[in-house]
Amino acid sequence: MKKIMVCIKRVVDYNVRVRVKPDESGVMLEGVKMSVNPFDEIALEEALRIKERGTNAEVVAVSIGVADTQQQLRTALAMGADRAILVQTDHPVEPLTAAQTLLAVAKKESPDLILLGKQAIDDDANQTAQMLAALWDRPQATYVSKLAVDGAKATATREVDAGLETIEIDLPAVVSVDLRLNEPRYVKLPDIMKAKKKPLDVIGLDSLGVAASTWLKPVKTVAPPQRQKGIMVKDVTELVDVLKNKGLL
Amino acid sequence: MAKILIIGEHDGKTLNPSTHKCVTCAKGIPDAAISVLLLGADTAVVAAQAAAIQGVTEVVRVDRPENAHPLAATFAPQVAAVASGYTHLFGPSTSFGKDLTPRVAALLGVPQVSDLMAVEGAHRFRRPIYAGNAIVTVDADPARLLVATVRVASFEAAPIGGSATIVSRSLDLALPTHTRYVGAHSGSTDRPDLQTAKRVVSGGRALASAENFKILFALADKIGAAVGASRAAVDAGYAPNELQVGQTGKIIAPEVYMAFGISGAIQHLTGIKDARTIVAVNKDPEAPIFEVADLGLVADLFQVVPEMTRLLGG
Ligand SMILES: Cc1cc2nc3c(=O)[nH]c(=O)nc-3n(C[C@H](O)[C@H](O)[C@H](O)COP(=O)(O)OP(=O)(O)OC[C@H]3O[C@@H](n4cnc5c(N)ncnc54)[C@H](O)[C@@H]3O)c2cc1C
Repeated sequence: MKKIMVCIKRVVDYNVRVRVKPDESGVMLEGVKMSVNPFDEIALEEALRIKERGTNAEVVAVSIGVADTQQQLRTALAMGADRAILVQTDHPVEPLTAAQTLLAVAKKESPDLILLGKQAIDDDANQTAQMLAALWDRPQATYVSKLAVDGAKATATREVDAGLETIEIDLPAVVSVDLRLNEPRYVKLPDIMKAKKKPLDVIGLDSLGVAASTWLKPVKTVAPPQRQKGIMVKDVTELVDVLKNKGLL
Repeated sequence: MAKILIIGEHDGKTLNPSTHKCVTCAKGIPDAAISVLLLGADTAVVAAQAAAIQGVTEVVRVDRPENAHPLAATFAPQVAAVASGYTHLFGPSTSFGKDLTPRVAALLGVPQVSDLMAVEGAHRFRRPIYAGNAIVTVDADPARLLVATVRVASFEAAPIGGSATIVSRSLDLALPTHTRYVGAHSGSTDRPDLQTAKRVVSGGRALASAENFKILFALADKIGAAVGASRAAVDAGYAPNELQVGQTGKIIAPEVYMAFGISGAIQHLTGIKDARTIVAVNKDPEAPIFEVADLGLVADLFQVVPEMTRLLGG
């Protein structure tokens, strides 16, 4: 294992309660705290653990996004990534475009493993890893909660609806991670200082020869219908009575 | 006219109800011919089940030994080969569908719309974003085949009573061998399936141990309910992962959902928005779960759960 590429997305922090704009053109992002997508943080942590387990693989963090995404890449460098690449664009990026862009980077970098989150918590699309694996013509292991790398192969445990599934994949491969894979480390102040000196390359999306698709057009964004606030009951007997009267028990 | 191909989900014996729900979603598109595609080692039994779904006109079988386990890398090239000639390709938003459909879309060089929750036209759909905190209406390019996953909690299962034709296809494709199935493990029992159960009893971090979770199973068994859990309960090892409800677990729509010792984090609520009735039992009167609960009780679950089980005993 010489090199691991970790893909990182800048998203609204998971603690922020997102609100839609009054004109329905999207959600309000002004002044909102932005963070590394939590699943991608887990992907990075896994890469660092594989490195620290003795493979000494180089960990390269890659993101696609606006200029400010450098902040999230600096966080990745502070966590322990060796270097970072920002593919800069001011436009929204559809998953297929993201996958094509990451493929272009992967072709230059030739990683043995690409790790990324199973979904980004903004558009919840859950597509990029699978699309990247398809375009790269390599195996995919999605929703992974346990990963064991062994030479040119890896064994991955996947969280599926029926429970857990184990598959074996040849490397290089794309692995999308689930929440229970690990718990990401906290970044310490000296690491933040060190991260400032690590290389962060910025390249334009156009320079990779990727034509960004605009095949999915958001027409309007609205708040979900709110549930009515219900009633409070005083004890178990009343609870059971109400449920029985409603025909629910 | 729309020609819709639905990727059917099954275990060789039973067609997963997610398939019937995809059919209902597809029926929302005007003037659509609906086909179901089944890949497997032997799909004879499930093909007959798919052919019986009202609204399905054709069932396409692709049987080969490599299809014994649903590996996305193996399935995707076959689905892509069958999909040409269709206007839409739908799969369920289950771990099976979510794993497979983007790989197919990329092979075909087309985009995907994830988690359709409503159909507004042949190429206009609504879907949730930001853990369901916003709903976006999306227009997809009508010039291209559209790949989509269907949020199964948003649709009723299409009824039985149809009689579609069944055709077998043999595809002359070399399939990759770089991805191999090793095995599966399930902690589940013969209790009702969480995704289709009418009643769900669910527990959170407050249960404090796997041992304590048994009081929920006892209540669930008494009322024929499935058991669910919050992420915190699963992370702590109190319940197996397949019981997790929420943004990163299962999205469910039971008639009644009972949450015991669950605070009501937004990521959890995403999974239960479509429940008909939500019941919450929590010690903390300020717990956010009470904002969405139809019936709330401020109490200690360790008293409430055994008491309920007892009251429902006779
Ligand atoms: C990216 C991401 C994705 C996530 N996805 C999911 C997901 O899919 N599903 C999910 O559930 N969470 C998810 N989470 C986690 C979520 O944010 C919460 O942390 C989690 O839901 C909390 O679980 P809980 O309610 O069991 O625990 P807590 O928030 O700790 O709540 C425990 C509750 O129990 C009550 N309580 C304690 N003792 C008793 C008692 N004796 N009787 C009655 N009540 C009692 C307390 O008052 C409290 O309200 C996700 C988080 C992130 C960041």
